[in-house]
Amino acid sequence: MKSQLGADEARFLLEAQINGELPDERGRFGPFGGRYVPETLVPAFERLEEGVRRYLHDREFQHDYRRELREWVGRPTALSHAPQLSERWGTDVWLKREDLAHTGAHKINNAIGQALLAKRLGAKRVIAETGAGQHGVASAAACARVGLPCSVYMGAVDIERQAPNVDRMNRLGAEVVAVETGDKTLRAAIDEALRNWVTDPSGIYYLLGSAVGAHPYPYLVRELQSVIGLEARQQMISQAGGLPDVVFACVGGGSNAIGLFYPLLADDIELVGVEAGGTGDGLGENAATLATGTPGVLQGSYTMILQDGDGQVQETHSISAGLDYSGVGPEHALLQATGRVRYVSASDDESLAALEELCETEGILTALETSHAYAAARKWSQENPGKRVLIGNSGRGDKDMPTLTKYPARIRTHARA
Amino acid sequence: MPAHERLTAAIVTANDDNRPALVPFITAGYPEPGEFINTLRAIAEVGDVIELGIPFSDPMADGMTIQRSSYVALQEGVSLEWIFGELEMAGVLGTPLVMMSYLNPLLAFGYERLAERARATGVCAFIVPDLPYEECEELRQALEKEGLGLIQLVTPATPRERLKMLCDASRGFVYAVTITGITGGDAGLPDDLADYLDDVASVAEIPVCAGFGIRGPDDVANVARHAAGAIVGSALVEVLEEGRDPKAFLRTLGGK
Repeated sequence: MKSQLGADEARFLLEAQINGELPDERGRFGPFGGRYVPETLVPAFERLEEGVRRYLHDREFQHDYRRELREWVGRPTALSHAPQLSERWGTDVWLKREDLAHTGAHKINNAIGQALLAKRLGAKRVIAETGAGQHGVASAAACARVGLPCSVYMGAVDIERQAPNVDRMNRLGAEVVAVETGDKTLRAAIDEALRNWVTDPSGIYYLLGSAVGAHPYPYLVRELQSVIGLEARQQMISQAGGLPDVVFACVGGGSNAIGLFYPLLADDIELVGVEAGGTGDGLGENAATLATGTPGVLQGSYTMILQDGDGQVQETHSISAGLDYSGVGPEHALLQATGRVRYVSASDDESLAALEELCETEGILTALETSHAYAAARKWSQENPGKRVLIGNSGRGDKDMPTLTKYPARIRTHARA
Repeated sequence: MPAHERLTAAIVTANDDNRPALVPFITAGYPEPGEFINTLRAIAEVGDVIELGIPFSDPMADGMTIQRSSYVALQEGVSLEWIFGELEMAGVLGTPLVMMSYLNPLLAFGYERLAERARATGVCAFIVPDLPYEECEELRQALEKEGLGLIQLVTPATPRERLKMLCDASRGFVYAVTITGITGGDAGLPDDLADYLDDVASVAEIPVCAGFGIRGPDDVANVARHAAGAIVGSALVEVLEEGRDPKAFLRTLGGK
């Protein structure tokens, strides 16, 4: 299968993407995407695709979805100016505050949308995977809201580093299933959720949390997350007086990034996705899939993945559980191939420093995932003074306290002289 | 004769002998890469067709046993390249081989090269559990060029129209998954198995082999009345895991 695009093809595909023509009827974003699933799940995916076609843009569904976003999630989320960060960086910095959405991250936009869909499709129960725990919490909350039982698959490593979220899921009525197989992080959790889905493909609804996996998930999740970019675009015009010059979003599977970028693709805006640079460039030291990966099939989709020469998927490292994933959404693979979005990475250390700086300057404890976007935006600002910068503040950092306590705050505990 | 027809012939030969074809599955190079060819030769004496599992990092259709064997084999450095090398050194086994692999290792190897090496080493067909019919054209064509087959899987969840399409597209045999679930289940075979297998057999023009959840002589006998062959995977891998004699175990199930 191919992955390189000629210049004409890249232009054609970008135009198709802007016109809303991707994915195509085979679930492809150019060469990427598709549906690589076990035969047992094929009928379930066909039912899901049919359900998405029937309900997603249906007036009644949209009415219910928008009402839940407004009255339960708390949308629109704020656009905050960041005056002190702006002063430090020399750029005009604006933050799209998904951390203010119910349950503390953008994940809820997708979770409540899919929970409403699961209800309409007559699901008996919902399963979900989670890395950082944010999607697990969002799914637990959304399932409680619509009245469906929910089981969340979570890697044993992530259960340890995101302990507060495990307790939240339990309290919201979800069962948390510890995954002890594979790499014991997000990838293993998805594998295990898929294995469970196979046991009852018609009764279970799989509430996938990122814009990854087999068609129609990358499309479905993008549509549900696009509310971020649609709101941000209007808010920038009304509050900041114009569109940004550049937009930064962190990319693990890439759901918050695609939600923010997709409505901005046609605008003359530089778009930058920021992956986890971990501790270094070597295989296994990071989760910078687009920067260092190669094309392959992982968990249902042809996309960029971190693998060795034999096609074995490699374990990743990132300080942030939500970015710690060996694959990436197929639409991001296309956006990289067409050159419309630039993908860079930020290291663990840079991200920790960015997190501290944001706490200190704007009083926002952001998620470790989100901190990666700040680290890259900070660097960019040094070379582009005076420009207007928008950062997708995808989630809040309370869940990261078990990790952060291992890195004592450098700034605020001065002894009085 | 294309290689996939040799596969069909081996199953028909067993059936002509008034017994089901026995298809043992092993994870290549498990538990000891050094024992791979010896194990293969031993099970080739009993099995009519051998299904060789290529280890993969994300075996999403497999239960704990095959996950574990896959993991250990990868730790031991088992790869497609290594497996082909071993098969070349081993020479002719006399029992047709089928390779079971998730798609990504095949993609990384390259389809054309894969088909050439496979044909040269006695592999007759491939089973790719994460490659549904709609995505399989490119691989199917590459394999066909070398006379190799792509075996389609059908499951109890497969709708009727789709069943016909998959059976027609399959080469070598049709793989009928007995349960709605992953490999290595110990919940037993479903009560309506006979109807389901009869259904598949009535649609298929080539032999149907049943797999998933077949663990002992009773299961094989149960399946044999409604399918041309029985695939035994996790139960055999457990025998290898425990250091028991695979040939003796397979003899309890039948075979040649």
